[in-house]
Amino acid sequence: MSKNLIATTAIKARQLTEEEIKEIEHEMELYPDRQAVGLEALKIVQKHQGWVSDESLLAISKYLDLPVADLESVATFFNLVYRQPVGKNVILFCNSVSCWIMGCDDMRTHINEKLGVDFGETTEDGTFTFLPVPCLGDCDRAPVMMISDDLHRNLTPEKINQIISDYQTKA
Amino acid sequence: MVTKPLTKNIDMSRPPLGINAYEANDGYQSVKAIAAGLSPENVLQLVKDSGLKGRGGAGFPTGLKWSFVPQGDNASIQKYFVVNADEMEPGTFKDRLLMEGDPHLLLEGMIVGSYTIQASVAYIFLRGEYKASETSLKQAIAEAYDRGYLGKNILDTGFDLDIILHTSAGRYICGEETALLNALEGKRATPRAKPPFPQVSGLWGKPTIVNNVETVCNLPGILTYGVDWYHGLTKGNDHGTKLFGISGRVKTPGCWELPLGITIREVIERYGGGMRDGYELRAFLPGGGSTDFMLPEHLDLPFDYDEVAKVGSRLATGTMILLDDKTCPVGMIGNLMKFFAHESCGFCTPCRDGLPWVDEIFNEFESGNANEKDLQILHDHVDYLGPGRTFCALAPGATAPLGSGLKIFTEDFDRHIKEKRCPYKH
Ligand SMILES: Cc1cc2nc3c(=O)[nH]c(=O)nc-3n(C[C@H](O)[C@H](O)[C@H](O)COP(=O)(O)O)c2cc1C
Ligand code: SF4
Ligand code: FES
Repeated sequence: MSKNLIATTAIKARQLTEEEIKEIEHEMELYPDRQAVGLEALKIVQKHQGWVSDESLLAISKYLDLPVADLESVATFFNLVYRQPVGKNVILFCNSVSCWIMGCDDMRTHINEKLGVDFGETTEDGTFTFLPVPCLGDCDRAPVMMISDDLHRNLTPEKINQIISDYQTKA
Repeated sequence: MVTKPLTKNIDMSRPPLGINAYEANDGYQSVKAIAAGLSPENVLQLVKDSGLKGRGGAGFPTGLKWSFVPQGDNASIQKYFVVNADEMEPGTFKDRLLMEGDPHLLLEGMIVGSYTIQASVAYIFLRGEYKASETSLKQAIAEAYDRGYLGKNILDTGFDLDIILHTSAGRYICGEETALLNALEGKRATPRAKPPFPQVSGLWGKPTIVNNVETVCNLPGILTYGVDWYHGLTKGNDHGTKLFGISGRVKTPGCWELPLGITIREVIERYGGGMRDGYELRAFLPGGGSTDFMLPEHLDLPFDYDEVAKVGSRLATGTMILLDDKTCPVGMIGNLMKFFAHESCGFCTPCRDGLPWVDEIFNEFESGNANEKDLQILHDHVDYLGPGRTFCALAPGATAPLGSGLKIFTEDFDRHIKEKRCPYKH
């Protein structure tokens, strides 16, 4: 549990949006109990808010009547649930074995130098968060990374430059 | 005659077939065969006779697994069929091809599996990063409901089935079938004690079958074209076709559906195009990151479950990772150890504490600071983390490349110690 949450009860649950509630209610039909919906709710909130803040966590806990501690233990287990704010685009960078053989370490250094961030960090302008991820299932086109919903394959420094500037202009 | 039942509809240069085109190419015939009178017992017998073994890693006979689900009046009415689509094994890229390339095949197989064990709800446990699979499956599920292959009283059989697509949120351990069940229930994805096995007490305590995507995609063909046809597909003792893949420094890396029992050499040379110019094959992992290294001397073996097991490795996912002569074997194993250390669920001590220690020692090798004692600690961990010492198969999986690598690459480990640097770095 994050320090804030333990140290103070001053943090208040925020209001879930109508959209979020609608989607959570939909999940209720697919699973036989609320605990299963808890994880779904975390993902729904993240989809809308970008990450899961303490206030959001409390809101879900209240709405589904689930213990905060249980929900937090789930939220911190799954690496695609973000308990800290992330940038506009999350770079999921594969550093598993096939990508390693095909030189992903050099690509990581390149991104690091280009954006000034390493794994776990967000660029100052909030455009990118750089995270490692296990094998993206595209090993025949290694090295590979995923930004938002898109896969980028056979990475080279030149390609990375291009991809990054494409996202920067989009932003 | 159909020779590639898993990929006959797949052409990645276009979107997957919609339901009309899929049906036109013998699609949903297995469901029609069920509607024409095949009982669950009939289907179970066909799957047993087919000799289909699980394609998720362990190679367990599918029919036998299904037969453990309690049936009859005293059995639970609610049962679940779950597809393991969490593909995250390093170097594995086969299930994604099936889901993006031909989603209806997976749904058809799920109907067959669910009918056999009489499950009225089936989940697809899909890893969160597989966005294109999510899109193709959603579309296919909607079409299948529209056409009456899903929902209530499917084709007037009296059988009901709902398929629910669950997108997960990361962590390799979720692919372990009992951890997967916890994740589906919205809990931390730590594995469960067995017994009871999921077939008896699985999802929400109900009888549950968990099968890999590729396993399930084998089912429609078996019902549509028959067991004799299925046996005729193969070149060796194991039945059916298999998706084989190659990553590493070959000329044309990729994934292909080929007969089980084809020689490993043929896969690498004919399909993978052989090694790139200037590189030689040093060793390879035959089926993902949790398998033992094999050597060029094994190239003429038939690629199937038994033959690979005979030389101390596992066919597992069938997606090979090739190590060439210019890449450091110690570095490669170190990369795998970092992965396993990172993905340990933390539930049991040998794995939670042992793997990070192993990882740390590989860092020392990399930076030239390792000594003989470190090497001994690595050897010890092959034993400490081996089968039977930990709660689930993640840690033993890590010992496969570690233990075999320590044996094969003795000289490379020694050189790192003596030269106080990685000899592959210039
Ligand atoms: C750590 C770990 C990860 C696993 N990951 C997967 C996976 O991503 N996909 C999969 O099908 N099986 C995976 N398995 C194997 C499953 O536990 C299970 O054996 C398999 O899904 C059964 O399906 P099958 O009988 O059709 O092969 C994993 C096993 C372990 C120990
Ligand atoms: S072996 Fe590792 S992954 Fe498996 S239960 Fe133990 S700590 Fe978790
Ligand atoms: S190892 Fe990087 S995509 Fe598989």
